[in-house]
Amino acid sequence: MSANRLSHRASRHVKERIIESILFLAALVSVATTLGIVYILVKESVVFFNQVPLWDFLTDTQWTPLFDDAHFGIIVLLSGTLVSSGVALAVAIPLGTLIAIYLSEFASARAREFAKPVLELLSGVPTIIYGYFALLFLTPLLQKLIPGLPGFNLLSAGIVMGIMIVPYVASISEDAMRAVPMSLREGSYAMGATRLQTALKVVFPGALSGVAAAYILGISRAVGETMILAVAAGMQPNLTWNPTESAATITAFIVQVALGDLPHGSVGYQTIFAAGLTLMLLTLVFNVLGHVMRRRFREQY
Amino acid sequence: MAEPKPALDTLPLKARASALDFYYGDFQALKKIDMPIYEKRVTALIGPSGCGKSTFLRCFNRMHDLYPGNRYVGEISLHPDNVNLLDKSVDPIEVRMRLSMVFQKPNPFPKTIFENVAYGLRVRGVNRRAVLEEKVEEALRAAALWNEVKDRLQDMAFNLSGGQQQRLCIARALATEPEILLFDEPTSALDPIATASIEELITELKQRVTILIVTHNMQQAARVSDFTAYMYIGELVEFGWTDDIFIKPKNPQTEAYITGRFG
Repeated sequence: MSANRLSHRASRHVKERIIESILFLAALVSVATTLGIVYILVKESVVFFNQVPLWDFLTDTQWTPLFDDAHFGIIVLLSGTLVSSGVALAVAIPLGTLIAIYLSEFASARAREFAKPVLELLSGVPTIIYGYFALLFLTPLLQKLIPGLPGFNLLSAGIVMGIMIVPYVASISEDAMRAVPMSLREGSYAMGATRLQTALKVVFPGALSGVAAAYILGISRAVGETMILAVAAGMQPNLTWNPTESAATITAFIVQVALGDLPHGSVGYQTIFAAGLTLMLLTLVFNVLGHVMRRRFREQY
Repeated sequence: MAEPKPALDTLPLKARASALDFYYGDFQALKKIDMPIYEKRVTALIGPSGCGKSTFLRCFNRMHDLYPGNRYVGEISLHPDNVNLLDKSVDPIEVRMRLSMVFQKPNPFPKTIFENVAYGLRVRGVNRRAVLEEKVEEALRAAALWNEVKDRLQDMAFNLSGGQQQRLCIARALATEPEILLFDEPTSALDPIATASIEELITELKQRVTILIVTHNMQQAARVSDFTAYMYIGELVEFGWTDDIFIKPKNPQTEAYITGRFG
Protein backbone atom coordinates (compact mmCIF):
# COMPACT_ATOMS: atom_id res chain seq x y z
CA MET A 1 0.00 0.00 0.00
CA SER A 2 2.63 2.47 1.02
CA ALA A 3 4.92 1.44 -1.82
CA ASN A 4 2.07 2.07 -4.21
CA ARG A 5 1.60 5.54 -2.83
CA LEU A 6 5.29 6.27 -3.05
CA SER A 7 5.51 5.20 -6.70
CA HIS A 8 2.49 7.33 -7.48
CA ARG A 9 4.25 10.31 -5.97
CA ALA A 10 7.40 9.56 -7.90
CA SER A 11 5.52 9.51 -11.19
CA ARG A 12 3.86 12.79 -10.35
CA HIS A 13 7.24 14.21 -9.49
CA VAL A 14 8.65 13.15 -12.87
CA LYS A 15 5.68 14.69 -14.65
CA GLU A 16 6.20 17.95 -12.80
CA ARG A 17 9.85 17.93 -13.75
CA ILE A 18 9.06 17.36 -17.42
CA ILE A 19 6.54 20.18 -17.50
CA GLU A 20 8.98 22.40 -15.66
CA SER A 21 11.71 21.71 -18.22
CA ILE A 22 9.36 22.38 -21.13
CA LEU A 23 8.40 25.72 -19.63
CA PHE A 24 12.04 26.51 -18.94
CA LEU A 25 12.99 25.68 -22.54
CA ALA A 26 10.22 27.91 -23.83
CA ALA A 27 11.58 30.75 -21.73
CA LEU A 28 15.09 29.92 -22.87
CA VAL A 29 14.17 30.28 -26.56
CA SER A 30 13.51 34.00 -26.21
CA VAL A 31 16.58 34.62 -24.09
CA ALA A 32 18.76 32.54 -26.41
CA THR A 33 17.41 34.37 -29.47
CA THR A 34 18.27 37.72 -27.96
CA LEU A 35 21.73 36.53 -27.03
CA GLY A 36 22.17 35.07 -30.52
CA ILE A 37 21.24 38.36 -32.14
CA VAL A 38 23.64 40.28 -29.93
CA TYR A 39 26.38 37.72 -30.63
CA ILE A 40 25.99 37.97 -34.42
CA LEU A 41 25.77 41.76 -34.35
CA VAL A 42 28.85 42.14 -32.18
CA LYS A 43 30.88 39.49 -34.04
CA GLU A 44 30.17 40.94 -37.47
CA SER A 45 30.60 44.49 -36.20
CA VAL A 46 34.06 43.56 -34.92
CA VAL A 47 34.99 42.53 -38.47
CA PHE A 48 33.67 45.89 -39.66
CA PHE A 49 35.48 47.93 -37.04
CA ASN A 50 38.73 46.11 -37.87
CA GLN A 51 38.60 47.84 -41.22
CA VAL A 52 36.85 51.08 -40.33
CA PRO A 53 38.03 52.87 -37.19
CA LEU A 54 35.29 53.51 -34.62
CA TRP A 55 36.26 57.18 -34.56
CA ASP A 56 35.54 57.56 -38.29
CA PHE A 57 32.25 55.71 -37.83
CA LEU A 58 31.17 58.18 -35.20
CA THR A 59 32.55 61.43 -36.63
CA ASP A 60 32.57 61.15 -40.44
CA THR A 61 29.86 63.24 -42.05
CA GLN A 62 29.49 61.16 -45.19
CA TRP A 63 27.94 57.73 -45.70
CA THR A 64 29.14 56.28 -49.01
CA PRO A 65 29.89 52.60 -48.48
CA LEU A 66 29.30 51.88 -52.19
CA PHE A 67 31.74 54.44 -53.57
CA ASP A 68 35.42 53.88 -54.27
CA ASP A 69 36.09 56.67 -51.81
CA ALA A 70 34.05 54.96 -49.08
CA HIS A 71 32.95 56.87 -45.99
CA PHE A 72 31.16 55.39 -43.02
CA GLY A 73 29.72 58.21 -40.94
CA ILE A 74 26.75 56.72 -39.10
CA ILE A 75 25.59 60.23 -38.15
CA VAL A 76 24.25 60.54 -41.69
CA LEU A 77 21.81 57.66 -41.20
CA LEU A 78 21.22 58.58 -37.58
CA SER A 79 20.03 62.04 -38.61
CA GLY A 80 17.38 60.47 -40.84
CA THR A 81 16.27 58.19 -38.03
CA LEU A 82 16.15 60.98 -35.44
CA VAL A 83 14.37 63.50 -37.67
CA SER A 84 11.69 61.04 -38.78
CA SER A 85 11.24 59.78 -35.21
CA GLY A 86 11.03 63.36 -33.98
CA VAL A 87 8.27 64.15 -36.46
CA ALA A 88 6.46 60.93 -35.53
CA LEU A 89 6.61 61.71 -31.82
CA ALA A 90 5.50 65.29 -32.37
CA VAL A 91 2.35 63.74 -33.84
CA ALA A 92 1.93 60.68 -31.62
CA ILE A 93 2.60 62.06 -28.14
CA PRO A 94 0.13 64.98 -28.12
CA LEU A 95 -2.50 63.09 -30.07
CA GLY A 96 -2.09 59.85 -28.13
CA THR A 97 -2.17 61.66 -24.78
CA LEU A 98 -5.29 63.62 -25.68
CA ILE A 99 -7.04 60.47 -26.87
CA ALA A 100 -6.06 58.68 -23.67
CA ILE A 101 -7.38 61.52 -21.48
CA TYR A 102 -10.60 61.58 -23.46
CA LEU A 103 -11.13 57.83 -23.32
CA SER A 104 -10.20 57.49 -19.67
CA GLU A 105 -11.91 60.55 -18.18
CA PHE A 106 -14.56 61.86 -20.55
CA ALA A 107 -15.89 59.15 -22.84
CA SER A 108 -18.98 57.24 -21.80
CA ALA A 109 -18.58 53.50 -21.37
CA ARG A 110 -20.30 52.96 -24.73
CA ALA A 111 -18.09 55.42 -26.57
CA ARG A 112 -15.01 53.79 -25.08
CA GLU A 113 -16.15 50.31 -26.01
CA PHE A 114 -16.52 51.48 -29.57
CA ALA A 115 -13.46 53.69 -29.85
CA LYS A 116 -10.81 51.50 -28.27
CA PRO A 117 -11.06 48.51 -30.64
CA VAL A 118 -11.22 50.86 -33.63
CA LEU A 119 -8.11 52.62 -32.37
CA GLU A 120 -6.33 49.34 -31.86
CA LEU A 121 -7.29 48.37 -35.40
CA LEU A 122 -5.04 51.21 -36.56
CA SER A 123 -2.04 49.47 -35.07
CA GLY A 124 -2.97 46.31 -36.97
CA VAL A 125 -2.59 47.95 -40.38
CA PRO A 126 0.52 46.53 -42.10
CA THR A 127 3.27 49.15 -42.16
CA ILE A 128 3.76 48.75 -45.90
CA ILE A 129 0.23 50.09 -46.35
CA TYR A 130 1.13 53.07 -44.18
CA GLY A 131 4.20 53.54 -46.38
CA TYR A 132 2.13 53.81 -49.52
CA PHE A 133 -0.39 55.99 -47.73
CA ALA A 134 2.44 58.40 -46.96
CA LEU A 135 3.94 58.24 -50.45
CA LEU A 136 0.79 58.39 -52.56
CA PHE A 137 -1.68 60.30 -50.40
CA LEU A 138 0.01 62.46 -47.78
CA THR A 139 3.04 63.56 -49.80
CA PRO A 140 0.98 64.98 -52.70
CA LEU A 141 -1.20 66.74 -50.12
CA LEU A 142 1.83 68.20 -48.35
CA GLN A 143 3.33 69.23 -51.68
CA LYS A 144 0.37 71.56 -52.16
CA LEU A 145 1.18 73.23 -48.84
CA ILE A 146 4.95 73.17 -49.13
CA PRO A 147 6.06 73.89 -52.69
CA GLY A 148 9.21 72.09 -53.70
CA LEU A 149 8.72 69.22 -51.29
CA PRO A 150 10.44 66.19 -52.82
CA GLY A 151 8.42 63.05 -53.55
CA PHE A 152 10.41 61.21 -50.90
CA ASN A 153 10.64 63.13 -47.63
CA LEU A 154 11.00 62.59 -43.90
CA LEU A 155 8.05 64.80 -43.02
CA SER A 156 5.37 62.73 -44.70
CA ALA A 157 6.87 59.43 -43.55
CA GLY A 158 7.24 60.79 -40.00
CA ILE A 159 3.65 62.02 -39.80
CA VAL A 160 2.28 58.68 -40.97
CA MET A 161 4.62 56.87 -38.61
CA GLY A 162 3.20 59.07 -35.84
CA ILE A 163 -0.33 58.04 -36.79
CA MET A 164 0.77 54.44 -36.62
CA ILE A 165 2.18 54.94 -33.11
CA VAL A 166 -0.85 56.85 -31.76
CA PRO A 167 -2.75 53.67 -30.78
CA TYR A 168 0.20 52.39 -28.73
CA VAL A 169 0.66 55.66 -26.88
CA ALA A 170 -3.08 56.15 -26.39
CA SER A 171 -3.84 52.59 -25.32
CA ILE A 172 -1.03 52.23 -22.77
CA SER A 173 -1.54 55.76 -21.42
CA GLU A 174 -5.24 55.09 -21.06
CA ASP A 175 -4.60 51.88 -19.14
CA ALA A 176 -2.29 53.79 -16.83
CA MET A 177 -4.85 56.54 -16.26
CA ARG A 178 -7.64 54.09 -15.59
CA ALA A 179 -5.41 52.40 -13.02
CA VAL A 180 -5.34 55.62 -10.98
CA PRO A 181 -7.59 54.81 -8.02
CA MET A 182 -11.08 56.25 -7.96
CA SER A 183 -10.36 57.60 -4.46
CA LEU A 184 -7.95 60.16 -5.96
CA ARG A 185 -10.56 61.33 -8.45
CA GLU A 186 -13.14 61.56 -5.67
CA GLY A 187 -10.69 63.57 -3.60
CA SER A 188 -10.26 65.99 -6.45
CA TYR A 189 -13.98 66.31 -7.20
CA ALA A 190 -14.68 66.78 -3.51
CA MET A 191 -12.39 69.84 -3.59
CA GLY A 192 -14.67 71.35 -6.22
CA ALA A 193 -12.53 70.47 -9.23
CA THR A 194 -14.06 70.03 -12.68
CA ARG A 195 -13.52 66.95 -14.81
CA LEU A 196 -10.83 68.64 -16.84
CA GLN A 197 -9.00 69.88 -13.74
CA THR A 198 -9.20 66.39 -12.24
CA ALA A 199 -7.93 64.80 -15.44
CA LEU A 200 -5.01 67.19 -15.90
CA LYS A 201 -3.97 67.90 -12.31
CA VAL A 202 -4.59 64.58 -10.58
CA VAL A 203 -5.12 61.68 -12.98
CA PHE A 204 -2.38 62.56 -15.46
CA PRO A 205 0.37 63.09 -12.84
CA GLY A 206 -0.91 60.00 -11.05
CA ALA A 207 -0.43 57.94 -14.19
CA LEU A 208 2.92 59.47 -15.09
CA SER A 209 4.99 56.30 -14.87
CA GLY A 210 2.67 54.43 -17.20
CA VAL A 211 2.39 57.38 -19.55
CA ALA A 212 6.17 57.70 -19.64
CA ALA A 213 6.40 54.01 -20.47
CA ALA A 214 3.93 54.56 -23.31
CA TYR A 215 6.06 57.39 -24.70
CA ILE A 216 9.22 55.31 -24.48
CA LEU A 217 7.54 52.44 -26.27
CA GLY A 218 6.44 54.91 -28.93
CA ILE A 219 10.01 56.14 -29.35
CA SER A 220 11.29 52.58 -29.68
CA ARG A 221 8.68 51.85 -32.33
CA ALA A 222 9.58 55.00 -34.24
CA VAL A 223 13.33 54.37 -34.15
CA GLY A 224 12.90 50.78 -35.32
CA GLU A 225 10.24 51.41 -37.97
CA THR A 226 11.43 50.34 -41.41
CA MET A 227 8.83 49.94 -44.12
CA ILE A 228 7.17 53.36 -44.00
CA LEU A 229 10.56 55.03 -44.23
CA ALA A 230 11.92 52.74 -46.91
CA VAL A 231 8.86 53.46 -49.04
CA ALA A 232 8.21 57.13 -48.36
CA ALA A 233 11.41 58.78 -47.09
CA GLY A 234 13.80 57.69 -49.80
CA MET A 235 16.95 55.63 -49.67
CA GLN A 236 19.44 58.41 -50.25
CA PRO A 237 21.80 58.93 -47.30
CA ASN A 238 21.63 62.61 -46.46
CA LEU A 239 22.95 64.37 -43.39
CA THR A 240 20.09 66.73 -42.60
CA TRP A 241 18.00 67.98 -39.73
CA ASN A 242 15.34 69.31 -42.09
CA PRO A 243 12.24 67.10 -42.25
CA THR A 244 11.24 68.39 -45.69
CA GLU A 245 14.25 66.69 -47.26
CA SER A 246 14.65 63.13 -48.39
CA ALA A 247 16.99 60.93 -46.35
CA ALA A 248 17.75 57.31 -45.58
CA THR A 249 17.39 56.05 -42.03
CA ILE A 250 19.40 53.29 -40.38
CA THR A 251 16.59 50.82 -40.98
CA ALA A 252 16.06 51.85 -44.60
CA PHE A 253 19.77 51.39 -45.28
CA ILE A 254 19.77 47.91 -43.77
CA VAL A 255 16.84 46.94 -46.00
CA GLN A 256 18.61 48.30 -49.03
CA VAL A 257 21.81 46.34 -48.39
CA ALA A 258 20.06 43.19 -47.22
CA LEU A 259 18.10 43.18 -50.49
CA GLY A 260 21.39 42.50 -52.23
CA ASP A 261 22.95 45.69 -53.49
CA LEU A 262 26.26 44.76 -51.90
CA PRO A 263 28.27 41.54 -52.21
CA HIS A 264 28.48 39.34 -49.09
CA GLY A 265 31.71 39.66 -47.16
CA SER A 266 32.57 43.13 -48.41
CA VAL A 267 33.09 46.01 -46.00
CA GLY A 268 29.94 47.56 -47.40
CA TYR A 269 28.02 44.44 -46.44
CA GLN A 270 29.52 44.43 -42.94
CA THR A 271 28.17 47.95 -42.44
CA ILE A 272 24.67 46.66 -41.90
CA PHE A 273 25.81 44.91 -38.74
CA ALA A 274 27.44 48.04 -37.40
CA ALA A 275 24.27 49.97 -38.30
CA GLY A 276 22.14 47.27 -36.69
CA LEU A 277 24.22 47.40 -33.53
CA THR A 278 23.79 51.19 -33.39
CA LEU A 279 20.04 50.76 -33.74
CA MET A 280 19.96 48.19 -30.99
CA LEU A 281 22.01 50.35 -28.65
CA LEU A 282 19.65 53.23 -29.38
CA THR A 283 16.54 51.26 -28.49
CA LEU A 284 18.35 49.78 -25.49
CA VAL A 285 19.08 53.29 -24.21
CA PHE A 286 15.40 54.21 -24.51
CA ASN A 287 14.28 51.02 -22.81
CA VAL A 288 16.65 51.58 -19.90
CA LEU A 289 15.48 55.18 -19.74
CA GLY A 290 11.91 53.93 -19.65
CA HIS A 291 12.73 51.60 -16.76
CA VAL A 292 14.48 54.34 -14.81
CA MET A 293 11.54 56.70 -15.32
CA ARG A 294 9.09 54.02 -14.29
CA ARG A 295 10.98 53.46 -11.09
CA ARG A 296 11.35 57.13 -10.36
CA PHE A 297 7.69 57.94 -10.82
CA ARG A 298 6.29 54.74 -9.40
CA GLU A 299 3.14 55.67 -7.53
CA GLN A 300 2.54 54.34 -4.05
CA TYR A 301 -1.16 53.83 -3.68
CA MET B 1 -20.25 68.21 28.85
CA ALA B 2 -21.16 69.20 32.33
CA GLU B 3 -22.85 72.50 31.50
CA PRO B 4 -26.61 72.36 30.89
CA LYS B 5 -27.53 71.68 27.31
CA PRO B 6 -29.30 74.47 25.44
CA ALA B 7 -32.70 73.75 23.95
CA LEU B 8 -32.36 72.41 20.40
CA ASP B 9 -34.57 75.04 18.82
CA THR B 10 -32.31 77.81 20.09
CA LEU B 11 -29.25 76.40 18.32
CA PRO B 12 -28.26 77.92 14.98
CA LEU B 13 -28.92 75.49 12.15
CA LYS B 14 -26.30 74.89 9.44
CA ALA B 15 -28.16 72.36 7.34
CA ARG B 16 -31.25 70.20 7.42
CA ALA B 17 -32.20 67.03 5.61
CA SER B 18 -35.92 66.84 4.93
CA ALA B 19 -37.75 63.77 3.66
CA LEU B 20 -34.54 62.65 2.00
CA ASP B 21 -34.69 59.48 -0.09
CA PHE B 22 -31.74 58.20 -2.05
CA TYR B 23 -31.63 55.50 -4.70
CA TYR B 24 -28.72 53.54 -6.21
CA GLY B 25 -30.60 52.60 -9.39
CA ASP B 26 -33.66 50.74 -8.11
CA PHE B 27 -32.25 50.16 -4.63
CA GLN B 28 -33.47 52.61 -2.04
CA ALA B 29 -30.55 53.29 0.28
CA LEU B 30 -32.03 56.15 2.33
CA LYS B 31 -35.63 56.39 3.50
CA LYS B 32 -37.27 59.64 4.55
CA ILE B 33 -34.37 61.06 6.53
CA ASP B 34 -35.19 64.17 8.55
CA MET B 35 -32.27 65.52 10.49
CA PRO B 36 -30.79 68.86 11.54
CA ILE B 37 -27.10 69.71 11.43
CA TYR B 38 -26.24 72.38 14.00
CA GLU B 39 -23.67 75.04 13.30
CA LYS B 40 -20.16 74.57 14.70
CA ARG B 41 -21.09 71.31 16.32
CA VAL B 42 -19.85 67.81 15.61
CA THR B 43 -22.57 65.43 14.50
CA ALA B 44 -21.69 61.74 14.36
CA LEU B 45 -23.47 59.19 12.17
CA ILE B 46 -23.33 55.68 13.59
CA GLY B 47 -24.89 52.36 12.74
CA PRO B 48 -24.00 48.89 11.47
CA SER B 49 -22.39 48.35 8.05
CA GLY B 50 -24.76 49.02 5.18
CA CYS B 51 -27.06 51.23 7.25
CA GLY B 52 -26.59 54.14 4.82
CA LYS B 53 -24.48 56.44 6.98
CA SER B 54 -21.79 56.96 4.31
CA THR B 55 -24.45 57.22 1.63
CA PHE B 56 -26.11 59.97 3.66
CA LEU B 57 -22.82 61.81 4.16
CA ARG B 58 -22.02 61.68 0.45
CA CYS B 59 -25.36 63.34 -0.36
CA PHE B 60 -24.12 66.55 1.27
CA ASN B 61 -21.41 67.21 -1.31
CA ARG B 62 -23.24 65.49 -4.14
CA MET B 63 -20.57 62.80 -4.55
CA HIS B 64 -23.29 60.49 -5.85
CA ASP B 65 -23.51 62.66 -8.97
CA LEU B 66 -20.21 61.13 -10.13
CA TYR B 67 -21.84 57.80 -10.87
CA PRO B 68 -24.74 57.14 -13.21
CA GLY B 69 -28.06 55.82 -11.95
CA ASN B 70 -28.06 57.60 -8.58
CA ARG B 71 -31.11 59.62 -7.61
CA TYR B 72 -32.03 61.98 -4.78
CA VAL B 73 -35.57 62.76 -3.66
CA GLY B 74 -36.32 65.31 -0.96
CA GLU B 75 -33.91 68.01 0.10
CA ILE B 76 -30.92 69.06 2.10
CA SER B 77 -31.12 72.78 2.82
CA LEU B 78 -27.95 74.69 3.52
CA HIS B 79 -28.20 77.67 5.83
CA PRO B 80 -28.12 80.64 6.21
CA ASP B 81 -29.17 81.07 2.55
CA ASN B 82 -31.60 78.15 2.75
CA VAL B 83 -30.72 76.69 -0.64
CA ASN B 84 -31.59 73.06 -1.45
CA LEU B 85 -28.19 71.70 -2.42
CA LEU B 86 -29.74 68.62 -4.03
CA ASP B 87 -31.73 70.71 -6.50
CA LYS B 88 -30.98 69.88 -10.14
CA SER B 89 -30.37 73.54 -10.89
CA VAL B 90 -27.60 73.68 -8.28
CA ASP B 91 -24.18 72.92 -9.72
CA PRO B 92 -22.52 70.15 -7.66
CA ILE B 93 -19.21 71.95 -8.09
CA GLU B 94 -20.68 74.99 -6.35
CA VAL B 95 -21.82 72.72 -3.52
CA ARG B 96 -18.36 71.18 -3.20
CA MET B 97 -16.87 74.67 -3.05
CA ARG B 98 -18.71 75.16 0.25
CA LEU B 99 -18.44 71.67 1.77
CA SER B 100 -15.19 69.73 1.98
CA MET B 101 -14.71 66.04 2.55
CA VAL B 102 -12.10 63.84 4.20
CA PHE B 103 -12.16 60.21 3.11
CA GLN B 104 -11.79 56.85 4.77
CA LYS B 105 -8.36 56.13 3.34
CA PRO B 106 -5.92 59.04 3.13
CA ASN B 107 -5.91 60.03 -0.54
CA PRO B 108 -3.19 62.65 -1.06
CA PHE B 109 -2.65 63.64 -4.68
CA PRO B 110 0.58 62.69 -6.47
CA LYS B 111 1.97 66.14 -5.75
CA THR B 112 4.08 67.92 -3.17
CA ILE B 113 2.79 68.59 0.32
CA PHE B 114 2.41 72.27 -0.55
CA GLU B 115 0.50 71.59 -3.78
CA ASN B 116 -1.81 69.14 -2.06
CA VAL B 117 -2.97 71.81 0.36
CA ALA B 118 -3.02 74.48 -2.34
CA TYR B 119 -5.11 72.29 -4.65
CA GLY B 120 -8.55 73.60 -3.71
CA LEU B 121 -7.34 77.20 -3.95
CA ARG B 122 -5.77 76.63 -7.36
CA VAL B 123 -8.97 74.98 -8.55
CA ARG B 124 -10.74 78.18 -7.50
CA GLY B 125 -8.31 80.21 -9.59
CA VAL B 126 -6.08 81.44 -6.74
CA ASN B 127 -2.53 81.43 -8.06
CA ARG B 128 -0.80 84.30 -6.27
CA ARG B 129 2.18 82.80 -4.51
CA ALA B 130 1.89 84.97 -1.38
CA VAL B 131 -1.78 84.14 -0.90
CA LEU B 132 -1.18 80.43 -1.43
CA GLU B 133 1.73 80.38 1.02
CA GLU B 134 -0.32 82.11 3.69
CA LYS B 135 -3.38 79.87 3.27
CA VAL B 136 -1.33 76.69 3.08
CA GLU B 137 0.48 77.52 6.31
CA GLU B 138 -2.76 78.41 8.04
CA ALA B 139 -4.44 75.18 6.93
CA LEU B 140 -1.44 73.06 7.93
CA ARG B 141 -1.36 74.74 11.34
CA ALA B 142 -5.09 74.13 11.79
CA ALA B 143 -4.53 70.47 10.90
CA ALA B 144 -1.69 70.25 13.46
CA LEU B 145 0.77 69.28 10.76
CA TRP B 146 2.73 72.49 10.23
CA ASN B 147 5.56 71.77 12.65
CA GLU B 148 6.18 68.36 11.14
CA VAL B 149 6.29 69.44 7.51
CA LYS B 150 7.28 73.11 7.43
CA ASP B 151 10.82 72.26 6.32
CA ARG B 152 9.80 69.89 3.57
CA LEU B 153 6.79 71.41 1.87
CA GLN B 154 8.26 70.45 -1.49
CA ASP B 155 8.46 66.73 -0.62
CA MET B 156 6.00 64.39 -2.24
CA ALA B 157 2.96 63.79 -0.06
CA PHE B 158 3.37 60.00 -0.37
CA ASN B 159 6.46 60.20 1.83
CA LEU B 160 4.36 61.09 4.87
CA SER B 161 3.09 58.47 7.33
CA GLY B 162 -0.54 57.36 7.19
CA GLY B 163 -1.61 59.62 10.05
CA GLN B 164 0.26 62.58 8.58
CA GLN B 165 -1.32 61.90 5.19
CA GLN B 166 -4.76 62.01 6.75
CA ARG B 167 -3.96 65.28 8.52
CA LEU B 168 -2.70 66.57 5.17
CA CYS B 169 -6.06 65.64 3.66
CA ILE B 170 -7.74 67.55 6.48
CA ALA B 171 -5.49 70.55 5.80
CA ARG B 172 -6.39 70.28 2.12
CA ALA B 173 -10.07 70.29 3.02
CA LEU B 174 -9.63 73.25 5.42
CA ALA B 175 -7.60 75.44 3.06
CA THR B 176 -10.67 76.53 1.15
CA GLU B 177 -12.47 77.52 4.37
CA PRO B 178 -15.50 75.26 3.95
CA GLU B 179 -18.73 75.76 5.86
CA ILE B 180 -19.15 72.07 6.61
CA LEU B 181 -16.43 69.45 6.89
CA LEU B 182 -17.55 65.93 6.06
CA PHE B 183 -15.55 63.04 7.52
CA ASP B 184 -16.12 59.53 6.16
CA GLU B 185 -14.62 57.16 8.76
CA PRO B 186 -11.43 59.22 8.80
CA THR B 187 -9.51 57.00 11.21
CA SER B 188 -10.46 53.52 10.05
CA ALA B 189 -7.13 53.10 8.21
CA LEU B 190 -5.02 54.55 11.03
CA ASP B 191 -3.26 53.23 14.13
CA PRO B 192 -4.47 54.20 17.64
CA ILE B 193 -1.97 57.04 18.11
CA ALA B 194 -2.76 58.64 14.77
CA THR B 195 -6.44 58.12 15.53
CA ALA B 196 -6.12 59.97 18.83
CA SER B 197 -4.44 62.94 17.14
CA ILE B 198 -7.18 63.12 14.49
CA GLU B 199 -9.89 62.96 17.17
CA GLU B 200 -8.24 65.76 19.11
CA LEU B 201 -8.06 67.76 15.91
CA ILE B 202 -11.77 67.27 15.21
CA THR B 203 -12.68 68.58 18.66
CA GLU B 204 -10.53 71.66 18.00
CA LEU B 205 -11.87 72.22 14.52
CA LYS B 206 -15.46 72.62 15.60
CA GLN B 207 -14.57 76.13 16.77
CA ARG B 208 -14.32 77.15 13.15
CA VAL B 209 -16.43 74.74 11.13
CA THR B 210 -19.52 72.53 11.29
CA ILE B 211 -18.54 68.87 11.26
CA LEU B 212 -20.39 65.77 10.16
CA ILE B 213 -18.57 62.51 10.80
CA VAL B 214 -19.36 58.92 9.89
CA THR B 215 -17.78 56.41 12.21
CA HIS B 216 -18.14 52.72 12.91
CA ASN B 217 -16.41 53.24 16.22
CA MET B 218 -18.95 54.09 18.92
CA GLN B 219 -16.32 55.23 21.42
CA GLN B 220 -15.11 57.65 18.81
CA ALA B 221 -18.60 59.06 18.34
CA ALA B 222 -18.92 59.39 22.11
CA ARG B 223 -15.54 61.13 22.37
CA VAL B 224 -15.76 63.67 19.55
CA SER B 225 -19.37 64.48 18.86
CA ASP B 226 -22.04 66.78 20.31
CA PHE B 227 -24.85 65.07 18.48
CA THR B 228 -25.26 61.48 17.37
CA ALA B 229 -27.56 59.97 14.80
CA TYR B 230 -28.15 56.23 14.84
CA MET B 231 -29.12 54.80 11.46
CA TYR B 232 -30.33 51.36 10.51
CA ILE B 233 -31.11 50.01 7.00
CA GLY B 234 -31.47 53.43 5.43
CA GLU B 235 -33.55 54.95 8.19
CA LEU B 236 -32.72 57.42 10.91
CA VAL B 237 -33.66 55.60 14.09
CA GLU B 238 -32.68 58.18 16.66
CA PHE B 239 -31.05 61.59 16.77
CA GLY B 240 -30.06 63.56 19.84
CA TRP B 241 -27.34 64.90 22.09
CA THR B 242 -24.52 62.39 22.13
CA ASP B 243 -24.64 61.79 25.89
CA ASP B 244 -28.40 61.28 25.75
CA ILE B 245 -28.00 58.73 22.97
CA PHE B 246 -25.25 56.90 24.80
CA ILE B 247 -26.62 57.07 28.33
CA LYS B 248 -30.38 56.94 27.92
CA PRO B 249 -31.39 56.15 24.36
CA LYS B 250 -35.13 56.34 23.78
CA ASN B 251 -35.27 53.67 21.13
CA PRO B 252 -34.66 50.03 22.18
CA GLN B 253 -32.91 49.42 18.81
CA THR B 254 -30.43 52.17 19.55
CA GLU B 255 -29.86 50.80 23.00
CA ALA B 256 -29.21 47.32 21.62
CA TYR B 257 -26.63 48.71 19.22
CA ILE B 258 -24.94 50.99 21.75
CA THR B 259 -24.62 48.27 24.34
CA GLY B 260 -23.18 45.88 21.78
CA ARG B 261 -26.03 43.41 21.81
CA PHE B 262 -26.56 44.09 18.14
CA GLY B 263 -24.46 45.24 15.20
